[in-house]
Amino acid sequence: MLAPVVHVLPVTLVQRKRLLPATGKVLPRKGQKVTAAEVIAEANLTPDHVLLDVARGLGVSIAEADKYIQRQQGEEVAVGDVIAGPVGLARRVVRATQPGQVVLAGGGQVLLQLEGRPLELRAGLSGIVTGLYPDQGVQVETVGALVQGVWGNGRVDSGLLTVLIKSAGEELTTDRLDISLRGGVVLGGFCGDANVLRDAEEQQLRGLILASMSSALVPEAMKVHFPIIILDGFGRLPMNRAAFRLLSTSGRREAVVNAAQWDRLAGNRPEVILPLPPTTQTIEASEIVQFSADQDVRITHGPHIGEVGILNRLLGMVTLPSGIRSQAAEVQLENDESLVLPLANLEVLK
Amino acid sequence: MSPSSVSADSVLSIEVGSVYTRAVLFDVVENSYRFLGEGTAFTTAGAPHYDISEGVRQALGELQVFSGRVFLGADKQLILPSQPDGSGVDKCVATLSVGPPLRVVAVGLLEDVSAQSAQNLAVTTYAQVMEVINMNDRRATAARLDAVLRARPDLIIVAGGTEGGASQSLMNLLEAVGLACYVLPKGYRPSLLFAGNQALVNSVRSSFADLGPLFIAPNIRPAIEVERLLPAQSQLSQVVRQARLRQIFGAQNLDQWTGGKLMPTAAAFGRTIRFIGNEYARTQKGVLGVDVGAASTTIAAAFSDHLVLNVHPRLGLGESLPGLLSASSLDEIARWLPLEISNDTLRDYIFNKAVYPASLPVTLEELSIEHALACQIIQVALKKTARNFPADALRSSYGFLPYFEPIIASGSVLTQAPQRGQTLMMLLNAIQPAGVTTIALDQNTIAAALGAVASLNPLLTVQSLDSNNFQNLCTVISPVGEAQLGTPILRVRVVYGDGSENSVDIKYGSLEMIKLPIGQTATVQLHPLHRFDVGMGGPGRSGSVKVVGGGLGLVVDGRGRPLPLPAEPGRRRDLLKKWLWTLGVSS
Repeated sequence: MLAPVVHVLPVTLVQRKRLLPATGKVLPRKGQKVTAAEVIAEANLTPDHVLLDVARGLGVSIAEADKYIQRQQGEEVAVGDVIAGPVGLARRVVRATQPGQVVLAGGGQVLLQLEGRPLELRAGLSGIVTGLYPDQGVQVETVGALVQGVWGNGRVDSGLLTVLIKSAGEELTTDRLDISLRGGVVLGGFCGDANVLRDAEEQQLRGLILASMSSALVPEAMKVHFPIIILDGFGRLPMNRAAFRLLSTSGRREAVVNAAQWDRLAGNRPEVILPLPPTTQTIEASEIVQFSADQDVRITHGPHIGEVGILNRLLGMVTLPSGIRSQAAEVQLENDESLVLPLANLEVLK
Repeated sequence: MSPSSVSADSVLSIEVGSVYTRAVLFDVVENSYRFLGEGTAFTTAGAPHYDISEGVRQALGELQVFSGRVFLGADKQLILPSQPDGSGVDKCVATLSVGPPLRVVAVGLLEDVSAQSAQNLAVTTYAQVMEVINMNDRRATAARLDAVLRARPDLIIVAGGTEGGASQSLMNLLEAVGLACYVLPKGYRPSLLFAGNQALVNSVRSSFADLGPLFIAPNIRPAIEVERLLPAQSQLSQVVRQARLRQIFGAQNLDQWTGGKLMPTAAAFGRTIRFIGNEYARTQKGVLGVDVGAASTTIAAAFSDHLVLNVHPRLGLGESLPGLLSASSLDEIARWLPLEISNDTLRDYIFNKAVYPASLPVTLEELSIEHALACQIIQVALKKTARNFPADALRSSYGFLPYFEPIIASGSVLTQAPQRGQTLMMLLNAIQPAGVTTIALDQNTIAAALGAVASLNPLLTVQSLDSNNFQNLCTVISPVGEAQLGTPILRVRVVYGDGSENSVDIKYGSLEMIKLPIGQTATVQLHPLHRFDVGMGGPGRSGSVKVVGGGLGLVVDGRGRPLPLPAEPGRRRDLLKKWLWTLGVSS
């Protein structure tokens, strides 16, 4: 059976495509270094338009108006530029009231696309641009530690990592946040207080990595301007051991927090990358795996959500305590406790 | 059925859902079509495969283990038709529900008439209406154009102009739509489905021919008071098919296996319900189909030949689950829980389930949460859909839902509930049917497959609509009226096939299960009291019905409509437990 995979790797080659949802302008060159928060492509997704009624403006018929239109499709215009005319003794003209580009002219009308604020696509990781997709985006590559999560608030940034928790299940509280954290990324455990997020915003954090968060805080988490990534789930859950071991020993390293919302179809998953100097000693981030014995697995649902163990053996169809029948496996936790769990509630830790 | 009337075509049905891909095999056994088995795998539309073919291959591999039949050749293509060595199949049908909902802009002349019909058409498939443009819209053309662009539509549905009615006003409205299509780069232009005044078809063709894929359908609002969505739904299915062929890698290959007949799963499900509706037209009741999926819930109701089909993309038990919270409060969900579970736990569960939509409930507590969620999802989806049920549909004089016969339930949360009493409890609480109805469970989850196959091999569909596939859960009798709790409201006399009898007095507020073994027929005489309406022609009217025993026999739901639940949580939970126990659910 195909297994979903979650990566917690100390050193791997990370390659990510960053593509615009529509055509736009790609900014870096191939081989260029980029930082995580750097804009690598932009597109004017929803530009505003103005439709100028040239015929009415000039006081002539539609057929006649077309003769007086001075601007052609694709031409840029500035405020006050003459679009059509002059006509008659009064030398009537139609002028651009806003800067923009002519997208259509004819039938007595001119359609102007106004200059708007473009959508900015950020690199999401610090690395080298190794591929260009014309008008769409880039592929960025870096070497580093990789820790994937389950939820993000859609923001990206990076900074030096400060570890504020001593144990995987510790709660992050407001008294731990102070001015010294400004511009940095914080590793917390559980967050159940909206004031923590507000204080973090006030202290201008550049990222917050949490094991878990109360789902009641989702609206607040969506409002803040720094990335928040949740590694294990909602509710009071300790951080999975693999991620805790890696991240809690990485204080003062640069951490890139790409708190993308998990989109399985597009292949975007929230993740933390700790960049490292280039090396050939990387662990391959395998994506396609079948469930089998001796794999490290992470529990994704149920009472042991977030815990990590070893898949001892596949059991075939089993009736769960809920009464549901499912393909299951025996999983041995780090404390030697053995559990029977549906394969649907496991992901392979690679 | 004579042997010559059954063509010996084996049929493979493939359904690609947002979480699972299923391959189902039908073939002729003893001169009749049978469901032979299924293979299931995770859908592989997203990372890391980005190609549904892998999931399809895995599902076919599992089916091969069950059936012993080889489906794929060395080139990894389906062997079509079946070969003398027994490999391959004769026909293949496929349905798809994976993929983001289509973003739709609805355009119509009048807000409550054709613009509403355009929206009604949109919700018959996996779509979300992002913008509505109509004649009352006072925005300038450029503002309308920007609104269309902001909606980033995959599809623009245009309705309006009764047959022989207005034409220029609609063309004026279409100016902004045309400009929007024009300014978008070629690969990003939406499809346009024109389902308005047919006198405008040529004008629309000439205006939009070069502005993206154009589909023409019959007028969905041919007269002010007439809405006809069905003919346009097949065109809409084509639009969805085309969109999925572009969006979902591997869909093209699957489409080739079906000879270009890939269908949206919801449309196929609706077709089956309509098919059953025709079979049951003599009852003068509607047929209701409920399909709860991970990404969406589909409600289909057939009233004779008229189909009401609604897809609710924000109401699924998977990734879209947090969307339920915009339609329901936590308290509304928690009211269906027989166990004490805090609202915080419930909300956390919803968000955790959304990030792992394939996950399964391990404990009884989790199972009860899933069932409460399913119950609320069905209720919300049905309430939204019920607005479109025909006003003249036969229903209790006290209002509520029309009478249905039967109600078909599909979706793994219902079919894979550990105990059938749990399934029935979800359905009774969510739907709250009135009168006498049979509840059947699509236990092999083939309702959509049968709809897809209906145009290819209607005999297969007819022969598969049997109790092997659609398990009769029970006949439920639901008297409607008003009384004090504990007041006798209905006398039920069951006369069994062997002549023995059983009489039960039903009190208001009670739920009773009366023994009637599977497949056994009985005549049930109903004598309502206190002017309760039991669907026999009006309040207080008596009558008798012939019923067939289901897995849970005969159930009399005298709990009231709408179902009143105690406000005090402890009492409510005790009552829910008691009802589950009545339906044979052991904890």
